[in-house]
Amino acid sequence: MRLAVVDLGFGNLGSVAMAFERLGVVPEVTGEPERLAGADKVVLPGVGHAGYAMRQIKARGMAPLLRELKQPLLGICLGMQLLFERTEEEDVDCLGLLPGAVRRLEAAAGRPVPHMGWSPLEVADESIGLASGDHVYFAHSFACDDGTATVARADYGRPVPAVVRSGNLTGAQFHPERSSAPGRRFLQAWLAA
Amino acid sequence: MPAARIIPCLDVAGGRVVKGVRFAGHRDVGGIEEHTAFYVEQGADELVFYDISASPEGRSVDLSWIERVARLIDIPFSVAGGIRTRDQAAAVLAAGADKVSINSPALERPELIEELARDFGSQCVVVGIDSLREPDGYIVKQYTGSAAASRAAGRLTLEWAQEAAARGAGEIVLNCMAEDGVRHGYDVGHTRTVAESVPVPVIASGGAGAPEHFRDAFAAGASGALAATVFHDRLIPIPELKEYLASCGIAVRR
Repeated sequence: MRLAVVDLGFGNLGSVAMAFERLGVVPEVTGEPERLAGADKVVLPGVGHAGYAMRQIKARGMAPLLRELKQPLLGICLGMQLLFERTEEEDVDCLGLLPGAVRRLEAAAGRPVPHMGWSPLEVADESIGLASGDHVYFAHSFACDDGTATVARADYGRPVPAVVRSGNLTGAQFHPERSSAPGRRFLQAWLAA
Repeated sequence: MPAARIIPCLDVAGGRVVKGVRFAGHRDVGGIEEHTAFYVEQGADELVFYDISASPEGRSVDLSWIERVARLIDIPFSVAGGIRTRDQAAAVLAAGADKVSINSPALERPELIEELARDFGSQCVVVGIDSLREPDGYIVKQYTGSAAASRAAGRLTLEWAQEAAARGAGEIVLNCMAEDGVRHGYDVGHTRTVAESVPVPVIASGGAGAPEHFRDAFAAGASGALAATVFHDRLIPIPELKEYLASCGIAVRR
């Protein structure tokens, strides 16, 4: 299988690639649209600012490619948020592949933001390799709207979609590459699907 | 809500794990990989690697061990020590670290916090604060890695914590210096005050010596509790600590 990790010149490319390598799949980290188009599966990672990320995507002419991919596409953390229509972070348009917006988490007493740490999941469909009660690692200040695409969620003052799935698209708000055994199971299930 | 995080801190020098009395030299206690693997296996929720050889001399961290750690483990880790510029932080994150932790360089030039948050996101940016209780309140100390260089930073801890968060820090590690290494417990009152005064997670540091100390830190509002000696000297096994915390009604990851 040819697995490609989208290189936008930022984000946690190294740790995401290493997580797949631990599972025995060596991904190609590339920013070349034709290499991505030819891959069997594509991962869109991303740590950082949505505005910066979308500017990189547009500057590299990658938005049409990402919108038209037919093969499985996995967005991780910011990479998942970019799949939605819009984000409050710098108030920018995203790829618009999934309905809904990405909104800022509001801090409250005993609930600091970023949402940082291992939160338990409620899982609606265990075919994603996760089960209710699994703890996975989150580190984010923005979260997408809960909707019909949500297949696993955490609770952080409001429902936080942890995994969304629709057609060829999968998004993980948590970091599977840093989520121990549940993270491995999730990536394995996505590779095998 | 997230589980209470148990965070062992490993001191690193020259790419090796070291241990020692602060200000009085260090002893090599082994390879980074073996210590890292041990803590992951024990159920640590996160690791902090503090490159003690980096900061006082103004050098940045060596990157090769960061990549080795990133390749090995599947829990988050942060790197502290010697990160003074945006480009140094970028290199540490690109090597696979999940967060960078800055302390004295943020005091020298607070704009560094904004630069890192802007380019990498707040969730990558930890500000470490060495806090010392003085008769008039808690003050920030700077350059604490070296006895000769250590001095007051001219700031009150609470104000600096609030400023760091406002500038974009995604987490505060509050190290209470009077408690550090003495194992009499975290400074719970100070931890509570800071945690209630900033919108970001606060990690308690300095003083852990017994499971009850961890319980008290979490009860005070800490999102995580950092410790070195009790873990390195095998005084508290992490599985037993988590079992104890769970029995106190504190949510843990097991």
